[in-house]
Amino acid sequence: MIRKLLVCLLVLTLFACGQKDSKNSGKEESFKKRDIKGAVTGDAFVESSLGDATGLIMNITSDSASHSVTSKIYNGLVEYDKDLNIVGDLARSWDITEGGKVIVFHLRKDVKWHDGKPFTAKDVEFTYKFMIDPKTPTSYDADFRLVKSFDVLDDYTVKVTYGEPYAPALISWSMSVLPSHLLEGQDVAKSPLLRKPVGTGPYKFLEWKAGESITLVANNDYFKGRPYLDRYIFRIIPDTATTFLELLNGAIDTMGLTPLQWTKQTDTNPRFTSQYDKYQYLSFGYSYIGYNLAKPMFADKRVRQALSYATPKEDIIKGIMFGLADVATGPFKPGTIWYNPNVKKYEYNVEKAKALLEEAGYKPGKDGIMAKDGKKLEFELMTNQGNTVRQSICEVMQKSWEKIGVKVNIRVLEWATFINEYINKQKFDAVVMGWNITNDPDMYDVWHSSNCGGQKLNFVCYKNSELDKLIIEGRKEFDPEKRKVFYHKAQEILAEDQPYTFLYVPQALVTISKRFHEVSPAPAGISYNQDDWWVKKEDQKYNYQQ
Amino acid sequence: MMRYLAGRLAGMIPLLFGITLICFFVIHLAPGDPAQFLASMNPKFSETAHEKFVKMYGLDKPIYEQYWIWLKRVAVLDFGDSFTPDGKSVTTKIVERLPVTIWLNVAGMALIFLIALPLGVLSAYKKNSIFDKSVTVFVFIGFAVPTFWLALLCMYYFGVIKGWLPISGLTSYNFDSMSFGGKVADILWHGFLPVFLSVFGGLAGLSRYARNSMLEVLGEEYIISARARGIPERKVVFRHALKNALLPVVTIIGLSVPGLIGGSVIFESIFGIAGMGQLFYQSVMSRDYPVVMGILVIGAVLTLIGNLISDISYALVDPRIRYGRK
Repeated sequence: MIRKLLVCLLVLTLFACGQKDSKNSGKEESFKKRDIKGAVTGDAFVESSLGDATGLIMNITSDSASHSVTSKIYNGLVEYDKDLNIVGDLARSWDITEGGKVIVFHLRKDVKWHDGKPFTAKDVEFTYKFMIDPKTPTSYDADFRLVKSFDVLDDYTVKVTYGEPYAPALISWSMSVLPSHLLEGQDVAKSPLLRKPVGTGPYKFLEWKAGESITLVANNDYFKGRPYLDRYIFRIIPDTATTFLELLNGAIDTMGLTPLQWTKQTDTNPRFTSQYDKYQYLSFGYSYIGYNLAKPMFADKRVRQALSYATPKEDIIKGIMFGLADVATGPFKPGTIWYNPNVKKYEYNVEKAKALLEEAGYKPGKDGIMAKDGKKLEFELMTNQGNTVRQSICEVMQKSWEKIGVKVNIRVLEWATFINEYINKQKFDAVVMGWNITNDPDMYDVWHSSNCGGQKLNFVCYKNSELDKLIIEGRKEFDPEKRKVFYHKAQEILAEDQPYTFLYVPQALVTISKRFHEVSPAPAGISYNQDDWWVKKEDQKYNYQQ
Repeated sequence: MMRYLAGRLAGMIPLLFGITLICFFVIHLAPGDPAQFLASMNPKFSETAHEKFVKMYGLDKPIYEQYWIWLKRVAVLDFGDSFTPDGKSVTTKIVERLPVTIWLNVAGMALIFLIALPLGVLSAYKKNSIFDKSVTVFVFIGFAVPTFWLALLCMYYFGVIKGWLPISGLTSYNFDSMSFGGKVADILWHGFLPVFLSVFGGLAGLSRYARNSMLEVLGEEYIISARARGIPERKVVFRHALKNALLPVVTIIGLSVPGLIGGSVIFESIFGIAGMGQLFYQSVMSRDYPVVMGILVIGAVLTLIGNLISDISYALVDPRIRYGRK
């Protein structure tokens, strides 16, 4: 009897709790909502990183950990949408006038800082002044120094004037806008906001345990609607093996997998398959072999073409990348508007390579090594330590170039030594390296002839006046349809000249917990719509009281 | 004694000066500078950024001048600000990491002493028995097995397969909302595997040390004479032999003082522990000179103090040694 009573009581309490819950969810209606059908709020997203963030004001940090976290806290004036079109973020709209010299941004009026103060044009002005201040420890000042004048027209309109049309200018305003009311007149390098940021973004800062984790909570007043997930947790796990174990244990919700993990260690493990889905899409980067064009050996483009013909790109992708990469033909990502699929391709062809070398005046010596005027075609192929893929590429290249009579010595160096003593001083023959592919197609830094030299990015010293002209013209055109013409032509030139042997664009191999809905890879990657991700009530793993 | 102490303390100053001087120059010899990590090899970075950072950090000044500036600050116990953009001072960064490192090291070291000493003493007493031999094998396995490998195996078995222990970190997500008892339990639960593995790896040294020293004492004539006088065996071992055998151990305690703040990089990486090892490693990798120097100075000071403590305590427990008297 007593037991029955207890059961009754228990049921009653549960019922009461249930009712209370539904009342609570009634209250939740007060915040700004997003319109995904059936989506509910709750739960958290746990991400991990090998390194801790270095600071939480995006504008002065340069590591990916800091950028992952701060991208949830701040907004820029503009941003890329899922198809990589530039759309408004804090700016409602903008007008580009005077042939691209002037951009007028019309700002949103419904935006509040996390501390409740309204966002206005003053904040944008402050951010601009902050970026060009020589005392600001930022590396991203170049685009902002091109601004000739910055005017606040009213509380929600700003006018930016450039000396000459500069197409990358528009997306440079995706830089995080900072709160002027908290930073004006302060020494930003010492500001507490570096550790307790205040932004306008979908998540508010909660806590940072150095070396352990950073936790953010959903911003109920976010101008695009509160994100469904209550929290965003960024854990620091410095070891990749541990990260994978934590993944199997369900303690983190996402991880970038290596090709080996992707092909061999996940599908057969029920712990993995029951919890996670795998997503693959082309990543924003490419690997290449760069030739030091200041060396007479590489001055003749036929030599470089021969080396490219003797490069088994498909085998490298199959053997080293487990097939999880696409052949690269130039510095742009296949599938984007800037990519030109119709350039000269260097399919593996030893005979053609040999013929090209002979055409360039090389003849095989007694030892089988090609030589010209007594000089052997022998050089050093360098790469950085700690990247096993690049080291394997070096080994493959050593073998395959041997087949056309080119002798290669491999040298692997610690990163800082590699960059400072060899790349920056241009003391190298050939290198295996990689570049990120930026969304904006501007090629100036890496390919313009003025950037050849110590500490600059055109360290192979490629100089082509026709390409220079295309790069400069491409910077002045805002309309993507017209602009792409310059870059398509540029890719033809690079394909013909082969200052690099472009190797491959790797696939991003991402795994995400099955409990999240609305996850779908797009040209922009996978996390572009993270604010829309949601978890069914019964699947929710973490519970937070609002 | 006081004169001896004063002399030793005064002698530490030039020693410390020399250590910092060498450290400072050696770090600056490493290729690359902190500005490089903030401003190179990225097309988005402006071409003038590197120069700006070099100037901002004072790296454009000659190295002896940089050292002099650093020394002047350290003289008033100011280690300066870290180069990373979180705006923290070196002291804050170190203090943040200290509790975790000290807790793990103290727990580990205490357990090592508690286990290794009896093991060593017993091994010596039962020399060449099966017990002695199996202890030898056991402690040397612990010494020889790569810790990171064993750690990963344990993490996989106890963490993933059995689910008994957490895999990484030192506290749970909801640590802050726990009761006091819950917090203690949570810390012990998370600390179990790292402490267990560091103890397993550290047993060999001390237990061998204790065994040798005990063996030596057991062979002394006064032990034979004690036994000849018919003193009970327990008394012989514990009062006569053990007391003398443990004298050298006092030295080890003193020498392990600097080890209390040092962390193992591999260990901390695998277990995701935000300790001193990680901080030091990351600071070296990003050439964060002020933090590197701060940690080195503290390490040097503790080493010197540890040496002094072990010398003094040796004099206190061993009446045969007296400093300051000829």
